[in-house]
Amino acid sequence: MTETIVIAELSKGEINNTTNELVSAANLLGNSCTVVVPCTDSSVADKAGKISGVSKVIAAKSSVFENYDAAAWAEAIDSVAPSGIVVTSASAQSKDLAARLAARRTISVVQDVIAIEDGKLSTPIYSGKAIQNVSVNGDSVVSIRANTFAPADDSGSCDVQVIDTTGNVTTALQEMVQRASERLDVSEANIIISGGRGMGTPANFSHLENIADKLGAAVGASRAAVDTWDEIPHSMQVGQTGKTVNPNLYIAVGISGAIQHLAGMRSSKYIVAINKDADAPIFQHADYGIVATWEDALPVLSSSLSDLLA
Amino acid sequence: MVNIAVLVKQVPDTNSKIQISGDRVDLSSVKMDISPYDEFAVENALQHKESTGGTVSAITVGGAAADKVLKGVKALGVDNIIRLDYDGFMDSNGLQSIIAEEIIAGGYDIVYCGKSAADTGAGSTGPGIAERLGWASVSNATEVKFADALTVSYPTEGGDAIVSLNLPAVVSCDKGSIKVRKSNVKGIMMAKKAQVDVKAVSPPAASVTVVSQVMPPAKPAGKKFEGASSAQTVAQLLRDEANII
Ligand SMILES: Cc1cc2nc3c(=O)[nH]c(=O)nc-3n(C[C@H](O)[C@H](O)[C@H](O)COP(=O)(O)OP(=O)(O)OC[C@H]3O[C@@H](n4cnc5c(N)ncnc54)[C@H](O)[C@@H]3O)c2cc1C
Repeated sequence: MTETIVIAELSKGEINNTTNELVSAANLLGNSCTVVVPCTDSSVADKAGKISGVSKVIAAKSSVFENYDAAAWAEAIDSVAPSGIVVTSASAQSKDLAARLAARRTISVVQDVIAIEDGKLSTPIYSGKAIQNVSVNGDSVVSIRANTFAPADDSGSCDVQVIDTTGNVTTALQEMVQRASERLDVSEANIIISGGRGMGTPANFSHLENIADKLGAAVGASRAAVDTWDEIPHSMQVGQTGKTVNPNLYIAVGISGAIQHLAGMRSSKYIVAINKDADAPIFQHADYGIVATWEDALPVLSSSLSDLLA
Repeated sequence: MVNIAVLVKQVPDTNSKIQISGDRVDLSSVKMDISPYDEFAVENALQHKESTGGTVSAITVGGAAADKVLKGVKALGVDNIIRLDYDGFMDSNGLQSIIAEEIIAGGYDIVYCGKSAADTGAGSTGPGIAERLGWASVSNATEVKFADALTVSYPTEGGDAIVSLNLPAVVSCDKGSIKVRKSNVKGIMMAKKAQVDVKAVSPPAASVTVVSQVMPPAKPAGKKFEGASSAQTVAQLLRDEANII
């Protein structure tokens, strides 16, 4: 029997659907899956008990889980689940945790896994320009890209065991600076609409926001936009030196499709490009390309979406 | 005096085309360069030294070809350049264990590195060595303020967290608003003459084996439409074909 330990992924204090994807991935790596839920209140873990394919749920309860601290989280989680193949999500925070958990046990970590076949793990290398397939001997920690494994359904039932745990906190949170906008961050969104230098001015991003509001999307940007306009913060940047995103839909507006931009978004399930230059490289990667200026195309897109969503 | 280490890695220039020959990536005709995030790590290390005093040592792992990236950061103003001499494949456990040994041997107080390397994209090295050393760490730092304790900002789901951490610590660096310096002629001349401190290492056996490296599956050709009115067609396709909206 190969044991796997899934570290539940939480957002806004709740177990999110990525956790169901992690369980699917874990069951390709082993045949007995324990979900560990880092929490301050163990009732949060109940949701994990409903995921099918789970044999055990541990609510790892500790005040250290109030704020993220890599060292304390690794210690507290490791103490409730010290053996087995560990599976985490590949969010920025969980990759950090995955590396700590592996190092703690002096085993290796394989990050950003996008496929598992016959025990072999596939990960993008060179920003997705190639794929590397590896095999692992013994236990390892594996982080899984969201949106790549079909989620396990919620028809299971499994008891939750609460274990009190703790760890040594090494960083002190001084302040949490809320984001200026209420809008989703690109790293959390299922739909992203991004603008590039072709938007002309930062004020024109309001046209992207208008569509984002209709779709519940996040607004992203190319590096040229971020570097040119102070109003467009680096947190919006998608690409090699920005965020790597993997949404269901990525709409690139006035973005040429430079290799470093593609590095951050090429694995999106569907890509739509709006660009006035029919030869822009972005069109080679777009499922749906619209050769037009955004000034002309966005109003049509906006009203068509309104009709469809009405 | 703070003893500062910065980890740098040589990777294919991000503009380069990646090709496969047999079942491995073929980098023989690819131009190599410092990994982009490492530039922010180097800048933070140099600013740390400038604000509190200290020395900066840049450490890389690789064969002789990796000396180029060390010379490049020497030209920017790091004091010492060190190469852990190993040219083969290492898994994360092997890599982190040889770097952690070097950090202990060198008596460093703080390690800066890039948030991830542009080749693997993994981002495991910073937090991994911190765990081995029993040190604090912050990953994806977008801003660092230097004093006896560091104040570091990094993005989280709920906003930007600002944390303080005491040394010894590891900080992995994201882009943020920091501007990286460029080398000048004098720096480049000095770097030419600088000696790389080459150290032999013996990593533990790897538990990860690379089976193959392949091109990503080709995406089926998309549909391209002329003219703004096609935006309506595309919206309809997003509903009927892609089932997204
Ligand atoms: C080390 C390194 C790291 C990098 N990291 C990143 C990164 O993380 N993210 C990133 O994005 N880039 C990154 N870059 C930069 C990248 O190489 C490109 O310069 C950048 O992506 C270009 O941004 P853009 O497409 O917005 O601008 P441009 O290349 O200038 O393209 C603008 C596009 O807008 C179109 N356009 C103009 N007007 C209109 C209009 N009215 N309607 C419709 N279309 C219009 C044009 O046809 C053109 O295709 C990096 C570069 C390097 C060297």
